[in-house]
Amino acid sequence: MAEMALPLHGWDKDPILSVEHLFMRFGGLIAVNDLSFKVGRGDITALIGPNGAGKTTVFNCITGFYKPSEGRLVLAHGRAPTDAELAAVTLNGERALAGPDAGVYLLERMPDYKVSGEAKVARTFQNIRLFTGMTVLENLMVAQHNALMAASGYSLKGLFGLPGYTAAQRQATERAKYWLDKVGLTERADDPAGDLPYGAQRRLEIARAMCSGPILLCLDEPAAGLNPRESLELNELLRAIRAEHGTSILLIEHDMSVVMEISDHVVVLDYGTKISDGTPEAVKNDPRVIAAYLGVDEDAVEEVEAVLDEATGAQS
Amino acid sequence: MAVDTAHPAGAVAGSGTSILPGALKDAFLTGLIALGLLGPLVGFQTVIIDGALGLAYRPLVVAIMVGIIFVGRLILNLTVWSPNRAPKANAGSGPLARGALAIAPAFKPALLAFAVLFPAIAAFAMGGLNESRYLLDLGILILTYVMLGWGLNIVVGLAGLLDLGYVAFYAVGAYTYALLATSTPVNDFFAAILGETFWANWAFWFCLPAAGLFAGLWGMILGFPVLRLRGDYLAIVTLAFGEIIRLVLINWVDFTGGGAGIASIPRATFFGIPFNASEDGFAALFGLEFNPMHRIVFLYFVILVLALITAFTTVRLRRLPVGRAWEALREDEIACRSLGINTTNVKLSAFATGAMFGGFAGCFFAVRAGFVSPESFTFDISAMILAIVVLGGMGSQIGVAVAAAVMMGGMEMLRNLGFLKQVFGNDFDPSLYRMLLFGFAMVAIMIWKPRGLVSSRDPTIFLKEKKAVSGSLVKEGHG
Repeated sequence: MAEMALPLHGWDKDPILSVEHLFMRFGGLIAVNDLSFKVGRGDITALIGPNGAGKTTVFNCITGFYKPSEGRLVLAHGRAPTDAELAAVTLNGERALAGPDAGVYLLERMPDYKVSGEAKVARTFQNIRLFTGMTVLENLMVAQHNALMAASGYSLKGLFGLPGYTAAQRQATERAKYWLDKVGLTERADDPAGDLPYGAQRRLEIARAMCSGPILLCLDEPAAGLNPRESLELNELLRAIRAEHGTSILLIEHDMSVVMEISDHVVVLDYGTKISDGTPEAVKNDPRVIAAYLGVDEDAVEEVEAVLDEATGAQS
Repeated sequence: MAVDTAHPAGAVAGSGTSILPGALKDAFLTGLIALGLLGPLVGFQTVIIDGALGLAYRPLVVAIMVGIIFVGRLILNLTVWSPNRAPKANAGSGPLARGALAIAPAFKPALLAFAVLFPAIAAFAMGGLNESRYLLDLGILILTYVMLGWGLNIVVGLAGLLDLGYVAFYAVGAYTYALLATSTPVNDFFAAILGETFWANWAFWFCLPAAGLFAGLWGMILGFPVLRLRGDYLAIVTLAFGEIIRLVLINWVDFTGGGAGIASIPRATFFGIPFNASEDGFAALFGLEFNPMHRIVFLYFVILVLALITAFTTVRLRRLPVGRAWEALREDEIACRSLGINTTNVKLSAFATGAMFGGFAGCFFAVRAGFVSPESFTFDISAMILAIVVLGGMGSQIGVAVAAAVMMGGMEMLRNLGFLKQVFGNDFDPSLYRMLLFGFAMVAIMIWKPRGLVSSRDPTIFLKEKKAVSGSLVKEGHG
């Protein structure tokens, strides 16, 4: 492959998530076709592509909402797993191999709630999914369910108001307040989430995902429906999340001002296959990407592909 | 409907004094439609003339009915539907709503005080303890349904899982008590250790927690197969579950006594002291004159305490992570899973908790009646409890309590429709119209308050200020 000859990128050295030969078939339709890419630790990675390219399907596979037809999704806590560790966990049929300082999770084997609860991959949705009838603060408290549930002694301690739970609840509230402050919603903390304006709902969804303490945050079109000023604020927020919490971010986005501005790594999908993968600069100038986005007539595509194949053949 | 389509025409007709022609025209059209409908339906009556079927004509009845519809439509067009009418002020700021807000903080304590003092009030109002029996029985019935409503509220109101088979857990609780209390081996076992009358005196207090636990277990058993179902499908399976339990109770004659039920179940005791006229009875020990009403009053307080425990637990649970997860599940199940919440456990805990309170109520039912049979656990009961929850406002404690009082009290009041005989003559049987009136009342309430009596939601935690969440934002769950 062409990339092999290039200098090794950060995401190749220490990937937090490796998507390997991912296939997703819905009956006869192949939504994702042999997709492999890596998400670097501490990177902001963008997954882009024209409508219907299969981006959200990839997301749903990563976050456990779909079971992939084929492929391996390796999430690495702490450091990248060695080949031996990876082979061990793959062969012994376990979902995960977690040690004190590092862990490897095979996401394709985990149910959706464990992907979030154990593997610490949080996500947002293309069509915002807030708990509209609950207040902003309650939304953030629900996100910390697992920790609070354990602290409440699976409700028994909480029911009798024992101190351990009260302390945990206070701590959770502090965390919620921190994130409310981050996304600028402290004033609206006691309002129902459904009453917020659209942009604020988007930010709240990100705050809610962050309250679950993820190491990888997956955002499905976070800038959709935002005005330019809100998009800029979103860029700032995402940068701050990475800088202050070291959370890696994987996002699907159509808004190129967001993608090119903040991402370290861009993966381009078209018809379920990867057509480009690299830095924003490299991707921007990739003729296949231009062809996929702007649309060119058939001859031009074939021409470009022929040239590319020649180049690839020459290099390898 | 014709009524709806005709209405905008009247509204467009104009302003000021010119609405009368439009209103008249609309009313005339409605009258015409009514004539067309009622003419054949009401105007002809089949009668037997000399052994053969014949037709009798009732033009007067049709004329009166059409007249009522015409005049009623005209009045509505000129008043309620009139384009000149000032738009109604927002319901939230009306004097009634403000008054409700003002009394709201005092409402719960007042209701609680009334519930606690109810036996005294009833005795005073009826002029004696014995005379207040009817009222106390009604109070016990209402409180039983309040408790059942609160129990089902966890499943339907908080978790948003539509359960049409709640009566099954009520039955499990009742039969747990009935079977254990009348069981000879259990009785013999305790007779050998703790004395002959021990089990008869203590059965209720031992079986009460057992009934709740069993019912909770059955809640889980129901929960497992229906985990993947939502909405209508969930409703149908829970409905079937309720019927299965009832049919098993009828057909497993060896175990449950079949359709004949189980009779002579030990009565409730004052924590081991029976309510009887004997030396060791409650009255003798407390230096009172024996009165069978002591037991009824005691039962009233037992169900009151049980109901309050249900309410207290639910209120506490709502503020715990599990309660928030129930409500989050009702709002958006997929979002729940994306936050690491195991929705299976959340659903099962909701089913089990709700069922547990149903079991407690069932155990109480058995001890109060002293007799259980499958007849007491039909679908009607499930429907009634669900109606209480929906009418009260899903998720609201106080709304459910008021709805239970209104529904059960209202049903009882409708038994006393004797005065209608004076209006319609002695042939009129008012009890036949009880359910009809009841149905109308429910429809009216649902039109007036489509989200139930208390539609707003109380947040479980707040930073600065507690603001009620409007019912329009709160979802109803998908099952």
